[in-house]
Amino acid sequence: MESELIAVRNLRVSFASDAGLARVLDGVDLTIGRGEIMGLVGESGCGKTTLARAILGILPGNSARIEAGSIRFDGRDLLAMDQDRLAREVRGKEIAYIPQDPFTAFNPVFTIGTQIDDLMRYKSPLLRSAPQMSRRERSRADRARVLDLLRLVQLPDPEGVLRKYPHEVSGGQRQRLMIAMALLPEPKLVIADEPTTALDVTVQAQILKILKQLARERGVAVLFTTHDLGTAYEICDRITVMYAGQEVEEAPVASFFAQPSHPYTRKLLDSLPSSENGIRGIAGEIPRLIDPPSGCRFHPRCERASEACRGTRPPRDALGPAHTVRCHHPLIAAEQAA
Amino acid sequence: MSAEPILRVEGLSKHFPVRNVWKRRIGWLRAVDDVSLEVSRGEILGIVGESGCGKSTLGKTLMGIHTATSGHVVFEGHDIAGLKPHQSRKYREHLQYCYQDPGASLDPRWTIRSSLHEPLIVHTALKEEQREQRVREILRAVGLPETHLDLYPHEISGGQQRRVGLARILTLKPSVVILDEPTSGLDVSVQATILNLFLDLQRAFGLTYLFISHDLSVVRLICDRVAVMYLGRIVEIGATQAVFETPRHPYTQSLLAAIPKIGGPRVTDSFALEGEPPSPTNLPSGCRFRTRCPMAQPLCAEQEPALRADWPAQRAACHFAE
Repeated sequence: MESELIAVRNLRVSFASDAGLARVLDGVDLTIGRGEIMGLVGESGCGKTTLARAILGILPGNSARIEAGSIRFDGRDLLAMDQDRLAREVRGKEIAYIPQDPFTAFNPVFTIGTQIDDLMRYKSPLLRSAPQMSRRERSRADRARVLDLLRLVQLPDPEGVLRKYPHEVSGGQRQRLMIAMALLPEPKLVIADEPTTALDVTVQAQILKILKQLARERGVAVLFTTHDLGTAYEICDRITVMYAGQEVEEAPVASFFAQPSHPYTRKLLDSLPSSENGIRGIAGEIPRLIDPPSGCRFHPRCERASEACRGTRPPRDALGPAHTVRCHHPLIAAEQAA
Repeated sequence: MSAEPILRVEGLSKHFPVRNVWKRRIGWLRAVDDVSLEVSRGEILGIVGESGCGKSTLGKTLMGIHTATSGHVVFEGHDIAGLKPHQSRKYREHLQYCYQDPGASLDPRWTIRSSLHEPLIVHTALKEEQREQRVREILRAVGLPETHLDLYPHEISGGQQRRVGLARILTLKPSVVILDEPTSGLDVSVQATILNLFLDLQRAFGLTYLFISHDLSVVRLICDRVAVMYLGRIVEIGATQAVFETPRHPYTQSLLAAIPKIGGPRVTDSFALEGEPPSPTNLPSGCRFRTRCPMAQPLCAEQEPALRADWPAQRAACHFAE
């Protein structure tokens, strides 16, 4: 794909802990095109957040180690880049982050306006597009853009919100502010880490609507991690499923739900409570990452598992345009796929 | 419902004082405001609503963790709302409360056996052998081997701790269990295991559940009836199927419209409800939902609607619901 924005290849990350080395990411591949909304789906502990943090370069330095792999973003290898340059040029500017918890993401002792001004001092897109501007001119121009964007995320009374402290606004409004702040530096990629998990359903619907609309209008790519397949269905173009540190299937949203091919994806869809499925779980437990199963990490819980699954990790097989699966015994083989 | 309900709640309110920095009372937070409902023996009643709607406060007030401001809670024929904790203890033995993660309330320095014996020591006069027998029976019912009795909480997995927590609640043979958000924060595959356990236990022990949750898809599957709360009031109550298929109250309608439906039209293309719930310390006049309601009329600001029983299996508190 010539339009690819970010390509993660064979990424291996391990965490040192008292109990041993946990292999949290085990050779993960992920590609996101420009302006594409990619869902990263999986249960807790599958490595979604670690992958998001590895892309941002904010893995905890004392325990996490990147053992292999590359992350190419817009023509540069992020893992090979100098840390200071990464912080100055990429993080927060070209790759923005929307955290899961809008309650702890703000500093409680400064007003929201002050915190947005601080952000713009370092990450304003005008720093690059109009470097000759004086600081005062720039901050005036930025202020107008800030207010515009706050209106776009449908915050009531944008001027008033800037004078408030974080505790004075509701959770839904804080998440709107987070989206606005992520988009202000005009990033190419936004990483949204479970942005609606802490919110109620009616507010979740509003936030998803705004995020999708703004990403579309501005051509921003989004990496949207979630454990909720329903929200992934709402806003994603493509979905990648992870299990215990490995990506197992990647598909456009329509074929993902219509023709899931990996047994884990199938079981994940079946475990959604619904009147047809009743209440169905997945037998077995998520493996410990300190001593993970060999080969395909899902094999101990899989009915289709064979000797091959224990031996080697399945390669990425293409099933159709943009639909790939890593399984020795996929539910839908390449010739059957539409 | 023909038989006498096992739990009857009448006009129950719980108001918390709101104080300024000098501890002067400057208002009331009406967390639960004039709630009435009945629960029949053996049914699962779901209580749903968004955060801050008072569903947990309702559960805790029923349990006596909060003292009711006014109203009655008639449990197995006794009004327990106004009683002091020590007076109501003997009635509340059969009314149990299950927190979000019942496993988290185990004492890390006690063996599973001690934790399971404790409620029996507090509430009953059973001898040690009889207690041990009861404990083993319950442990089997929640699907754990008896060898676990001598282990400490850290030696078993989180899921097993949850089961022990449930066993602890069941040792007193409760008739009503209040489950407060029992599945939130769980992954779908684990959630199914826990829900099936609840249903198995309900059948085995003839339990009645009050299932407090914000997860509507789970409520739809396991509850017989459902009550929808908004800002301390029940706005709609009725048979699960009726409420989910033909919601009458505009709030219930928007709540259901907000759930993503895989394969259906996308909520992000159609969802219309604006704004967020107002603060419960400063409620709007009349109907509490009118500030966000697409159907609001002048009447809604003047008069608070009561629950109307205009439909066969459901009641809704709205002037204009049809």
